[in-house]
Amino acid sequence: MLSNIALYGAIETGLIYGLVAFGIYLSFRVLDFPDLTVDGSFPLGAAVAAVLIIEGWNPWLATGCAVMAGMAAGAVTALLNVKLNILNLLASILTMIALYSVNLRIMGRPNVALLTEETVLTPWYDLDLAYHQVPVLLFIIVVFVALILLWRFMKSETGLAMRATGANARMARAQGIATGAMIVLGVAVSNGLVGLAGALFAQSQGAADVTMGVGVIVIGLASLIGGEAVVTPSTVLRALIACVVGAIIYRLAIAFALNADFLGLQAQDLNLITAVLVTLAIVLPGVRSSIAGKLTRKKA
Amino acid sequence: MISATDLRLTFGKGTPLENPALRGMSLTVNQGEFVTVIGSNGAGKSTFLNALAGEVLVDSGQIVVDNLDVTKLPTHKRAGRVSRVFQDPLAGTCEGLTIEENLALAIKRGQRRGLTSAVKRQYMEKFRDSLSSLNLGLEKRLGDKMGLLSGGQRQAVSLLMASLTPSSILLLDEHTAALDPKTAAFVLELTTKIIEEQKLTALMVTHSMKQALEVGSRTVMLHQGQVVFDIEGKDREGLEVKDLLGLFEKQRGLEVDDDSLLLG
Repeated sequence: MLSNIALYGAIETGLIYGLVAFGIYLSFRVLDFPDLTVDGSFPLGAAVAAVLIIEGWNPWLATGCAVMAGMAAGAVTALLNVKLNILNLLASILTMIALYSVNLRIMGRPNVALLTEETVLTPWYDLDLAYHQVPVLLFIIVVFVALILLWRFMKSETGLAMRATGANARMARAQGIATGAMIVLGVAVSNGLVGLAGALFAQSQGAADVTMGVGVIVIGLASLIGGEAVVTPSTVLRALIACVVGAIIYRLAIAFALNADFLGLQAQDLNLITAVLVTLAIVLPGVRSSIAGKLTRKKA
Repeated sequence: MISATDLRLTFGKGTPLENPALRGMSLTVNQGEFVTVIGSNGAGKSTFLNALAGEVLVDSGQIVVDNLDVTKLPTHKRAGRVSRVFQDPLAGTCEGLTIEENLALAIKRGQRRGLTSAVKRQYMEKFRDSLSSLNLGLEKRLGDKMGLLSGGQRQAVSLLMASLTPSSILLLDEHTAALDPKTAAFVLELTTKIIEEQKLTALMVTHSMKQALEVGSRTVMLHQGQVVFDIEGKDREGLEVKDLLGLFEKQRGLEVDDDSLLLG
């Protein structure tokens, strides 16, 4: 079974990936823009926050800069697509590759340790809570605030224009919506959220590493699709809740798989488990409805 | 008033598929006029409408809408002056959004969009009033997803959306062509009702000569990217499809061989 520490650890990372899933919901679902920039903007957020914290900046200010850096990366991807007419997927791959170099430049080396630095978590350890519970509490607050802000935004005039852009660009233009600007804004916000996730991840794990972004897109998609299978995303609010629920379920599933001794899985099997879980998350809803279909047909 | 002067547009210039769609097309539509546009396949009807809307930019010529030269403006910058209903009933609305959200998008057509709530309480009465004029019971389904509606219902809502805020011209692009005959008749009736009630200036492309003569105040026929004839008032009264064909042949010295013009 899962130890208390492993359980809280899974929820903690799940909450961080919930922010990634918000970003991926915005690009993949709302804008219909398959954006792989996140594999670069996640370590970008981590790198910017880590370097600034080491420079002695206030950790929240450093985290804010990480968000801005993520937004800038997203804006570059979107502009490559909107202004230079590069296919959206390819544009995001270009930015992602470029960010690998940028991240190395920012850090000056492949990784930066934060173990002894003051992070956004430091003041919270004064609370009367177990060590492994503190990040969970703080990240619940951060995710909750992000969820409410995103939800209100999606319901606003601009947010509605963004949803229309992704759903029916021709109609959106006819309603006077500058669809190009909406794509830039949406992909920027999406990567800003991922930058935030990267900054928080670096601070909770105690280091930023240039390779920490590998597979973030897959984990984010797994969370999104898994969450949608559990919480039907019939409204924006439900879709956002699905992102968080999916991310936490995903991390718990990984933790269980790695902790179940009878499976004999080890840490290096993580990516294999991820791929299997994503496949299951994509296929299962279809299987479920086809089984349901068969059952109802038998009844009739 | 909307005026198009000597519009020229060639698709695929310099390629074997070079296709001159507009060849010196000129048309002026006065305030309050309801013009029906006919023409065979490839006559340039849709291209002309797309050029007015901004979806395609012309190679040369000038488009002026209410004293503003919009020739080089993209679609979204013209949207405040030009409203539109598409041929595809699914194209004019967003199926993933609710009816009220679609209407809320339309009520801000061509205006700045901010961060205040999109679906405002003060819109509700207007939304309900305009939806109830359709007699489809949609005023009770404001929170339903657009995708739950039939093609005809969606086209009716598209029409409402296009007329929710004032515009200099309403473009209708064969907006009844994809509907079954009964629904098409309903949508056409609704169109004429809205245009008359709100005294709109409208340009309706149609494939049916009969329809072109039945509604509107003026009929224009396009052929090979130009206006071949333009009739209104007394000349147009009592005109029948065969007269129209005769007119066309006289103008061009051509036989009409497009069945779709004769049928319908």
